[in-house]
Amino acid sequence: MNALAARRRHPAAIAVLLLIGLFLMGAAYSAVAPRPAEAGVVSQDDVSEGKQLFQANCASCHGLNAEGRKTGSGDAIAGPTLAGVGAAAVDFQMSTGRMPMRAPTAQAPRSDTIKFSEEDIAKISAYVASLAPGPAIPSEEMVDPTKGDPAKGGELFRVNCAMCHNSSGAGGALTRGKYAPSLMDVAPKDIYMAMETGPQSMPVFNDTNLDSTAKRDIIAFLKSVEEGGNPGGLSLGRLGPVTEGMFAWIFGLGLLVGIAVWLGKKAA
Amino acid sequence: MNDQDITAAEGFGKDAVRLDEGHVVGQGGIPDRFENPGLPPHVPRGADLSEAAAKRAEKQVAGLFTLSILGTVLFVLAYFLVDIRTMAYLPGIGDMSLQHVLLGVGMGLALLGIGLGAVHWAKTLMPDEEVVEMRHPMRSSDADRDEVVRIMKEEGGKAQLSRRPLLKYTLGGAMSLFALPVLLPVLGGLGPMPQKSMSLTFWNGGPSGPGEEPAFTPMRLMRDPENTAIKASDVTIGSVFHVLPEGLLDLEHGVLEEKAKAAVLLMRLDPSDIKSQKELDWGHQGIVAYSKICTHVGCPVGLYEQGTHHLLCPCHQSTFDVTDDCKVIFGPAKRPLPQLKITVDDEGYLVSAQPFREAVGPSFWERG
Repeated sequence: MNALAARRRHPAAIAVLLLIGLFLMGAAYSAVAPRPAEAGVVSQDDVSEGKQLFQANCASCHGLNAEGRKTGSGDAIAGPTLAGVGAAAVDFQMSTGRMPMRAPTAQAPRSDTIKFSEEDIAKISAYVASLAPGPAIPSEEMVDPTKGDPAKGGELFRVNCAMCHNSSGAGGALTRGKYAPSLMDVAPKDIYMAMETGPQSMPVFNDTNLDSTAKRDIIAFLKSVEEGGNPGGLSLGRLGPVTEGMFAWIFGLGLLVGIAVWLGKKAA
Repeated sequence: MNDQDITAAEGFGKDAVRLDEGHVVGQGGIPDRFENPGLPPHVPRGADLSEAAAKRAEKQVAGLFTLSILGTVLFVLAYFLVDIRTMAYLPGIGDMSLQHVLLGVGMGLALLGIGLGAVHWAKTLMPDEEVVEMRHPMRSSDADRDEVVRIMKEEGGKAQLSRRPLLKYTLGGAMSLFALPVLLPVLGGLGPMPQKSMSLTFWNGGPSGPGEEPAFTPMRLMRDPENTAIKASDVTIGSVFHVLPEGLLDLEHGVLEEKAKAAVLLMRLDPSDIKSQKELDWGHQGIVAYSKICTHVGCPVGLYEQGTHHLLCPCHQSTFDVTDDCKVIFGPAKRPLPQLKITVDDEGYLVSAQPFREAVGPSFWERG
């Protein structure tokens, strides 16, 4: 303990204490934080129950009747109208943790903390789908990657998706803080619904553009990229020449310059 | 430093102005010339002084060379004995092929052992006293120079070059003309002149070769890569289609050259969002088609944000506003993306109404 006391005036002491405090706080929170309820059996579509859930949880941004709300400052909206977005849009946004949105940022990020049970999401989806016809949630067979053709899917992906999501689905930046997220470890159903509904900045790729077979091929391609693994090691995010170049310039050349300086020094 | 140097240094300080005297016009304190301080004295290393230390250094260098030998052996063994599909977990990197790791480590050790061994050898055992070697004069001796002049004059004169000017002129002509066969392939290797091919695209009516302009025929807009025609009703609001002209993908050759100029992006916006009347007139009920080739350096501009209607080029972040005739709102591009005028045919398919009115893609010298 004496050794510890002797170091209390060390310049790094405050930073170390802060880090320890933050770590303990985070650990304590994750121990007592409420866990999302376990998924139960999906009940029959209960539109009125969904409406109640909607009004309690979504209406502050999307309006009491899902008509959308303005923030009052200029053209900015708190939330768009949900008439016609369909059950697929609700299921995608809520089951990937994007909605309810945590803060009004440029883009709702994907999150592992899903606020609602599958049952509740199904009810809210049913309510929103009852407002106006829209895309429905796809069946298991429509998103089964083993039934798709990854080669054809790769061709479609490179023309329609790769400019934003990167040719291997690693994601990339858009304008003003928005970004195309990584497509690795995304459930096949969510990939399908994202193409179908065009969430946030993403354009819509509905069945008149890429039919359901084409969508399944794209899912098969993405899953084959995922399964391919990374035999070379140290993928650097798979973003391509930018990260690789930066790594080579900073670490590779930095190391070489250091060695050159050391070699140039006289011995002894 | 010897005594003489120290006196010179003190003499230098004597006339200099001190800093605490305020502004005083200096008398100049710089000596006429600086003495060469010479090389610092040689500091002997451990291995220079003790035979035991030298022996130790020898063993270290030999050890590094042995490490290199072991690295090469590891490389060869890994190459033949480890299956390339075997994966191994490495902390900080994750799962990767075990053979790749061992090949890399083996080759790394093989090269590093030789390099480090040589450096350690040089730093411990090789002589490290600095030696100055004076430069020799470059001039040849006078006798040699006179001899060269004599040979040029007397022996060269026997070739009769100055007596027979016809030889001189024809040789000169032959030598200078011989540069042409060297230059011609260089110029010819730049390929044929592009002529009109940079201003035309497949939308003009077919393959846009360097020669004459093909006659315009309306072409259907086809999905890339499926090569299927698009109905106006297929394009819903918020959709984006990647489009090629009808027939381009059926070409026997030159597909990529044509694709690089003719690629088009098709979007549908709410017509009330569109600010430009020309954009509305050249589209069809809010469906608009723009060249996908960036006017900066020709990257495919494919990043359409359906919320903001911004089109972003991934190469240099040029951003185009689709609601305002694709004007540049950010980035290095200088001109808006050219719009393709479209309409619908009798069967409801989208067709081009006229070719691009200006050259697509980046600026070039003769761009009209």
